Amino acid sequence: MARMELNNLKKLYGSVEVMRDINLDIEDGEFIVLVGPSGCGKSTLLRMIAGLEPISGGEFLIDGDRMNEMRPRDRDIAMVFQSYALYPHMDVERNMGFSMEIRGESASERKARVLDAAKILGLDKLLKRYPKELSGGQRQRVAMGRAIIRDPRAFLFDEPLSNLDASLRVEMRLEIARLHQKLGATMVYVTHDQVEALTLADRIVVLEGGNIQQVGSPLELYERPANKFVAQFIGSPTMNVVPVSSAQGGVTLANGVTIPTLKDVNPVNAAELGIRPEHIDVVPLGAGDFDAVADVVEHLGSDTNLFVRIDGIGPMMVRVHGNIPKQPGDSVGLKLQRENIHLFASDGQRLRAEDALAA
Amino acid sequence: MSITAPRTPVLMIGKYVAISFYLIFALFPLYWLLKIALTPDQLIFTEGTNLVPSQMTFANFTSVLFKTDFLAYFGNSLVVSLGTAAITTMVAAGAGYAFSRFHFGGKKIIIAVMLITQMFPLLMIIAPIYKIIASLGLLNSLTSLIIVYTAFNIPFATFLMQSFFDGIPKDLEEAAMMDGCTRFQALRKVIFPLTLPGLGATLGFVFTAAWSELLFALMLISKNDTMTFPVGLLTFVSKFSVDWGQMMAAGVLALIPSCLFFIFIQRYLVQGLTSGAVKG
Repeated sequence: MARMELNNLKKLYGSVEVMRDINLDIEDGEFIVLVGPSGCGKSTLLRMIAGLEPISGGEFLIDGDRMNEMRPRDRDIAMVFQSYALYPHMDVERNMGFSMEIRGESASERKARVLDAAKILGLDKLLKRYPKELSGGQRQRVAMGRAIIRDPRAFLFDEPLSNLDASLRVEMRLEIARLHQKLGATMVYVTHDQVEALTLADRIVVLEGGNIQQVGSPLELYERPANKFVAQFIGSPTMNVVPVSSAQGGVTLANGVTIPTLKDVNPVNAAELGIRPEHIDVVPLGAGDFDAVADVVEHLGSDTNLFVRIDGIGPMMVRVHGNIPKQPGDSVGLKLQRENIHLFASDGQRLRAEDALAA
Repeated sequence: MSITAPRTPVLMIGKYVAISFYLIFALFPLYWLLKIALTPDQLIFTEGTNLVPSQMTFANFTSVLFKTDFLAYFGNSLVVSLGTAAITTMVAAGAGYAFSRFHFGGKKIIIAVMLITQMFPLLMIIAPIYKIIASLGLLNSLTSLIIVYTAFNIPFATFLMQSFFDGIPKDLEEAAMMDGCTRFQALRKVIFPLTLPGLGATLGFVFTAAWSELLFALMLISKNDTMTFPVGLLTFVSKFSVDWGQMMAAGVLALIPSCLFFIFIQRYLVQGLTSGAVKG
C-alpha cells in the first residue's frame, strides 16, 4: 500500500535534460499507466521510481518518505520487466521465492508462499521447470508471481505484454486487471499500447519529449484531450486533423465549408480541426457538410472503415458502426458530429469550452 | 526443396570427404607424434616414413617418466599454467564486469591501452622484460613466468570476459536488485552462476597459452629445476643427436593436461546457459 508523490522530478544524462517538471501524485491503490511514443521517457520515469536510475532533481516520496537516495532493495517495490528477467539457472519455484531467500526466510515458509502464488497464477504444475522450458505466457506469469510473492508496497510493470502474441496479450491484460482488483495495490504500468492504457488505467499519464502532456482518466483523455498530441495519441483509429481558418462565428475548412462554433469558443485562434473517425456520420450525397469519394473500404464486421478523399481537404478516415454496403470508388456524404469536434490553436493546445461547437 | 540441407547422395558423400580431409590434415601431426613415440629407437630411421611401425614399444614413455626430469618439468608447467590461469581469470572477470556494466572516466583510454599492448610482437619487449625480472631478482623462478604470462593474457582475457558479461542481460541484475539484493549479492547469486561458461573458456584459453609458451620460459629460466615443460623438451636435443622417441613421448604426455582441461570445460563452452532468461 503506498501513496507516491513525484515533485518536480528531473532527469539529466550528462548535461542533457531528458525529463523535466514531472509532477504527479499517485493515490494508494491506484492503477497508473504511463504511455507515450518510444523515447518519451516513460521507461526512464518508471526506473527512477524503481531506483534503478538515479533522480537528477526534484523529490520522490512514498508515503511521505523521501526515496531519492534509497537503493531499490530498500524501496519495497516489485517490478515486472519487459524481458521477464527470470533467472535462467533457477527453477520456477526458486525464481518466485528468490526475494524471500534473500531476506532469509525459512524454506518451508518459502515453499508455502510460492505454492499459494503459483496456484493463483496457474503455475503450480510447473514449479520444477526451468525458464527455458516455459512458453512466453508462462514466463510472464512467473515474472508476475515473483512480484506478488513479496507483497510489496507497489508494483511496477515495464511493457510487460509487448513480447506476447496478440491473443495471449489480451488474456494477460485481463489477468493483470484481476490482480489489481484482488490485491488493491498501487501499480504503475508503462506501455506504448494505448489499448492497454485505456483498458487498465484508473488514470493515464501521457508523456512526450520528457514532459507530461496530460494526466486523466481514459475517458477524459478521449473526450477532452489537452492538446493535439494527446488527441492523436489516444484513440484508435487516430483522430483526423485538418487545417482550418477562423471565420465569422465558426471555422472554415480548406474546401470553403464553414462550420459554426459554440458562442463561448473564440474561433479566432483556431488553426486546426480534429474529429475522430467514429464521430463522422455517413449521410446521403449532398445532405452532409461535404461529399467525399471512398478510396479503400475495410469491412471489419462490427465496423466499417472508409478511407475517403475530400476535394480541397485531402484524406480522412471514417468509421461507421455495423456493415454498410459501400465499395471503393463510391461517393458518400459526410457530416461531422458537432459536439465531438475539437479545435486546436496553432501551438497545438486544444481550445477550451467543453462542447466546442453548436449543433 | 530446402536450401539449407542438400540431401542428394553425391552431396552427402562430398560433405563427408571434405570433413575427412580436414580431419586428416589437422590430426595427422598428432598421429605422427604418437607413432614416433611408440616406435623403438632403432626403427625410427630405418622405417621413417611407414605409416604404421612394425614394432611398438612403451620404452620411450617409461624412460621419459623415470629416467629424465620430465616429471619435474611437468610439475613446474602445471604450477605456472594453473597459477596464470587462476590469477588472469580473476582479474579479467573483475575488469570485464566493470567494462560491461559501468561507465567511468578513462574507460575508453584503458581499453585502447589494453588493445595497444596486443599490437607489439613479443620479441620486441623480451629484452626489457628480462631486465625488469633480473633486477627484481626473479630470474629462474616460476613466479616470474606467472607474472609475465598474467600480464600478457589479461587484455585478451578481459575482452573475452567482457563479451560474456555483455551477453548476460542487465535486466537480470536489476531484477535481482528489485528482489532485494545488493549489487554484490546480485553478482554472486545471479551473474556469477551464469558466467561459469565464460570463466571456463577463459581459464582454458589462458591455461593452454601458458602451458605451451616457450619464448619467455627459455629467456627467464636456465636452471634445470625450474624449467617448464616446453623448455625441458629442448633437453632432449643434445649436441650430436636428437632423441626423437623420448621427445615425442614427452610431447604425448604433455598433451594430456590440455585435453583433460578441454574435456572438462567443453560442456560450459557449448551450453547456452542464458537461454530462457529473456524472451526466446
